[in-house]
Amino acid sequence: MNNKLINPTRASEIVRNSIAKRRAKDNRLKLYGRIAIGFAVCFLIFLFSSIFIKGYPGFFQYYVTLDINFDRERIDPQGDLSDNSLFNGEASKIVNEALFTIIDPKGRKAKKQAKKMVSSGKDVRLTNLVKSNPNLFGTISSVKFALDDDIDSFLRGYIKRETPESERRISDQIIKFVDKLDKEGRISYEFSDYILNGSASGNPEMAGIKGAFFGSILTLSVCLLIAFPLGVATAVYLEEVAKKNKITELIEVNINNLAAVPSVVFGIMGLAIFISIFGMPRSIPLVGGMVLALMTLPTIIISSRAAIRAVPPSVRDAAYGIGASKLQVIFHHVIPLAMPGMLTGTIIGMAQALGETAPLLMIGMVAFIVDVPNSVMDPGTVLPVQIFMWADFAERMFIQKTSAAIIILLGFLISMNAFAIYLRKKLERRW
Amino acid sequence: MFNFYLLLLILLISFIFFYFGFRQAHILKTLQNQKLHSLFHYYGLYVLLSSLLPSLGLYFVLTICDDVVFAYMIKIYIPLDVLNSKDYNFNIVLAQIKNSVDGLIFGAPPQWVSDTAEIWKTWVFKSNIVTFILCFITSIISGYFGFLKINSKFRSRNAVERIIMTLLAISSVIAILTTIAIIFSVIFESIRFFVLIPFDEFLFGTVWNPQFEGAERAGSGQEGLSQYGAVPLFAGTFLISFIALSVSIPIGLFSAIYLSEYATSKERAIFKPLLEILAGIPTVVYGFFAALTVAPFLRSSGSFFGLDVASESALAAGLVMGIMIIPFISSLSDDVINAVPQSLRDAGYGLGSTKNETVLKIVLPAALPGVVASIILAVSRAVGETMIVVMAAGLAANLTANPLEAVTTVTSQIVTILVGDQEFESAKTLSAFALALTLIIITLGMNFYALHIVKKYKEQYE
Repeated sequence: MNNKLINPTRASEIVRNSIAKRRAKDNRLKLYGRIAIGFAVCFLIFLFSSIFIKGYPGFFQYYVTLDINFDRERIDPQGDLSDNSLFNGEASKIVNEALFTIIDPKGRKAKKQAKKMVSSGKDVRLTNLVKSNPNLFGTISSVKFALDDDIDSFLRGYIKRETPESERRISDQIIKFVDKLDKEGRISYEFSDYILNGSASGNPEMAGIKGAFFGSILTLSVCLLIAFPLGVATAVYLEEVAKKNKITELIEVNINNLAAVPSVVFGIMGLAIFISIFGMPRSIPLVGGMVLALMTLPTIIISSRAAIRAVPPSVRDAAYGIGASKLQVIFHHVIPLAMPGMLTGTIIGMAQALGETAPLLMIGMVAFIVDVPNSVMDPGTVLPVQIFMWADFAERMFIQKTSAAIIILLGFLISMNAFAIYLRKKLERRW
Repeated sequence: MFNFYLLLLILLISFIFFYFGFRQAHILKTLQNQKLHSLFHYYGLYVLLSSLLPSLGLYFVLTICDDVVFAYMIKIYIPLDVLNSKDYNFNIVLAQIKNSVDGLIFGAPPQWVSDTAEIWKTWVFKSNIVTFILCFITSIISGYFGFLKINSKFRSRNAVERIIMTLLAISSVIAILTTIAIIFSVIFESIRFFVLIPFDEFLFGTVWNPQFEGAERAGSGQEGLSQYGAVPLFAGTFLISFIALSVSIPIGLFSAIYLSEYATSKERAIFKPLLEILAGIPTVVYGFFAALTVAPFLRSSGSFFGLDVASESALAAGLVMGIMIIPFISSLSDDVINAVPQSLRDAGYGLGSTKNETVLKIVLPAALPGVVASIILAVSRAVGETMIVVMAAGLAANLTANPLEAVTTVTSQIVTILVGDQEFESAKTLSAFALALTLIIITLGMNFYALHIVKKYKEQYE
């Protein structure tokens, strides 16, 4: 019926003529794909380098070296090195005096300004020094003190000398003092001992991640202790024990849904169930870990089930064949063989939990806590929440500290993921 | 610390029972020459479990219940004038007392608060002693009964296995319990919210301006200003998700097509994990990046073109969120494209089509349900994303379609309302739960739909 049949030569001509165009189309699609991947990778590189460039200086800060006269009478009036005695001593006055002998401020106002140049943690630093080394008493030794964050920003060039004094955060007077200190070679730029050892602080020059770091470790430990056994047990039950019926189907649907619930909702659940109904305290790593455990549970269950499914039935049959019971098959053969896969999933879940912020905000782990938490019942905070809190502060120096904390967090995440990949490559067997 | 030592003690007792059970079985076999059904350690394990599980269960019940019971009992110790005062609220009073018990004292609490706190403390002390004694006795008695069961006819392996199977089944129910907990934790508060604020006002109102009632009572002149119309929040969520998806859908899809159809296996091995790194970066890092790098950049380039870009704009948050969800689309789509049978491609090539034509006209249509599912999952991820919008999108509830302005989202309002001090029972606090309920309904609905599509698609080739 079709009268419009083209003769073969004409047809091959059409095809031949269109081939260049079709190939071009093909190449175009390939190019789009490359551009898309290139864009994503470029962004990744941009993100990492931007954080690194901002954060690298955060590991360093400016210090001033002062010659301190360790006069026991004045630092430790009761002479027993007790906290009370050191608190009553004149540590910060001594530091100020050492500073004054170098920059020689004239008048009350200049002195008042000069006092603020050295970080307000100076007395703690001095008393900690004599506590760890009482031999210092009676000597005159040089000690490094952190400079105030505004001076730090000035020395880094974020606060410009050319800016009119009224718009600058530091006065001309202080700049003169800083120049004097600099000329005498008293100012040094060194690795910051506050970023790793300090805790939450309103003074950016003293702020550090120690408290948040230990909070993260405690929270993750709770999370691991709950999520790993529960996840593995659930996976074993669903794969090896349970018969396929309505209840197991319901459980499976639930697990898939939990994986899709936004993390902030888990936080609300923690607030409503653990804190309001069970009456647990706010801000503690125990509650944080429990919330994160429920959140990472689907990840662990799904990967554990995949690992169990990958164990070939012949292993089970062999075990049954020599008279093992069902539980012996599971515990002696299936779980050990599936362990690498389960561990990989668990580490990835833990990495997820380590980076999670929103649910922990809900249960109050955002409180300003200076002390390092010692147990899961002590109020604490975690690294991502610390980053969130620092990102809100106005001081210029907090941007560097935040980025430095992000570098540390990313370092942990990358090493955890790398370890998971290594584990998978090293231990996983192909059957 | 008390809890820790008690748990340690319970564990210790059960291990001692393990030893006794093991030894008893050993004695039966070697000294009395009886034939046992199971291996020695199963007898030990049975005694261990029969000592450990009842006492552990009792411990959890007691520790969870005591606070609830105390809260009920403390009511009679609250002075009458406080009970009868106009703004009496039991939850606030309870929080005051509990803070005082924990040693968190703000300012000077009234005398009766510290008095009731003292009473509470004595209760805690008593309940600790009672818990300790009960758990201790339970662990010993139930362990002893387990021990008595040991004889040559007792099939301890079967008993132990039954217990472990039950434990496995119980742990798998946790997933259901979590879902129930999530639903219950938002639904009651939401109902209370909808008693205060009509349902249609919440759903269709165009002004979002929550105020604490405390401010009204204090007479700050803001009476009746509270308005709970969630449309600006939905619009903001929609706007940001739209921006995010217009970044991530093209990039994700083209990457998936390239990775599955064009890339050599070496390229695949490098770029697939690289893309997945994007999903592993914590959202707080993206938020920081959006607020401190992308937003100022948009602002300065906007002013270069004469546009006024807000310092916290929907665009900045949306762009960064788009990058974040690229891997959700690319990885999932890549998987479903790979799952299309090779025979379909071969048929296409056999008819003389180029790779482009095979991909666009055969493979993609076959994989379409899976691709759509991955996009739906990405949407639900974008809607539920919190930290990026909290840090970069602002809090102003503007009803606008202009991506250069600050908008707010459902999640960022939940965070702002629930972080920090809350006034219980106030409509503002309750509104967060109503928002959470809508969020759950939206994301779960999308998830269900996506899974439904995937399931339907799966059946076609099997």
